[in-house]
Amino acid sequence: MKITVNGEVRELPAPATVDGLLADLGLEPRKIAVERNLEIVPKSAFGSTELNDGDRLEIVQFVGGG
Amino acid sequence: MTDDTFEIAGRKFSSRLIIGTGKYKDYAENAAAAEASGAEIVTVAVRRVNLTDRDKPMLVDYVSPEKYTYLPNTAGCFTAEDAIRTLRLAREAGGWDLVKLEVLSDQKTLYPDMAETLKAAELLIKDGFQVMVYCTDDPVYARKLEEVGCCAIMPLGAPIGSGLGIQNPVNIRLIVEQAKVPVLVDAGVGTASDAAIAMELGCDGVLLNTAIAEAKDPIRMARAMKHAVISGREAYLAGRMGRKKYADPSSPLAGLI
Repeated sequence: MKITVNGEVRELPAPATVDGLLADLGLEPRKIAVERNLEIVPKSAFGSTELNDGDRLEIVQFVGGG
Repeated sequence: MTDDTFEIAGRKFSSRLIIGTGKYKDYAENAAAAEASGAEIVTVAVRRVNLTDRDKPMLVDYVSPEKYTYLPNTAGCFTAEDAIRTLRLAREAGGWDLVKLEVLSDQKTLYPDMAETLKAAELLIKDGFQVMVYCTDDPVYARKLEEVGCCAIMPLGAPIGSGLGIQNPVNIRLIVEQAKVPVLVDAGVGTASDAAIAMELGCDGVLLNTAIAEAKDPIRMARAMKHAVISGREAYLAGRMGRKKYADPSSPLAGLI
C-alpha cells in the first residue's frame, strides 16, 4: 500500500501499524507526535492503529524556535 | 526582601525571563545560553521530523524538557485552524498543556492577526489548553484575550526579530495596569536595556530569542538579559524617583565654605 508521510509517498507492506512504521523509520515514539488523516494518534494507540492505503501521516517533533 | 516569584497558570517560577530556542549556531550553544540566562521556560517550535537525515541532533537531547518547561509555539501559523492543529500535536508530543499561541498576519511584519488569535484562544481554552498569547500592544484586544481566559498576555515590544526595543511604552503600561494575569513583553527586545525597560513598566516577564541568539557572544548576552530582567524588576518594585525639570543638588547647600 501507499501512504504519505510528511509529504513524501512511501510504499509499505500491509498490514502495518503506526508502531511498525516508527520502528522502520528509526523514530523513538517518546520524542514525537503523529497525526493520521488530520486526527491525532495518541501514543497509547500507536500499536493498535492500523495504516490503510492512502493514509496521510504527519510525524512531528520539537525543534528550536522563538 | 520577600520572595518575588511569578505564577503562570498555577505554576510558580523564579526567573522572569523566557527564552526562545531558535537561530542558535547549534543546540549546544543554545543549551549554554539557556543555562546562563537562568530561564526556567523555553519556547519551542513543532516541525516535521526529518525522515532522510535521522542522525540530525534533537533539541530534547540538549535542552532537556525535564529541566526546562517547554512552551510550544505556533510560529509560522497564519490561521486559527493551523495554530490549533499545531498545538494539539505539541500536546501529544510533550504531554503538557501550557502553550504559546501566535497567529500571524503578514510575512514582512510578522504582526499578529488579532481576530484569528482571539478565535484560536477561545477554542484552545475550551479544549483544555493554558494559553499564553502573543498579541499586539492594543489594550482593547489584550482585555478581550484575558476575558476569554488566556493565562498570560504577551504584547510585542516591536516586530519579531527586529531588536528595535519597546516602541510603545504607553500601551504596554496600559495593558499592565488593567491585566489580572501576567503580562510579558514578547518580541522586539534587542539588548539588555530593552528588557529592563519592559520590567520597569511593570511587566511580569520578558520573552526573547534573537537578542541572545544573534549577539556576537550569545552566552554573555544571555547573562546580561538575566541581570537586566532582575534589575528592571527590582527598580519597578523599588519605585523610581520623580522626574524633575531642573537640577537638584545631592550634597547639602548648608555649611558651604
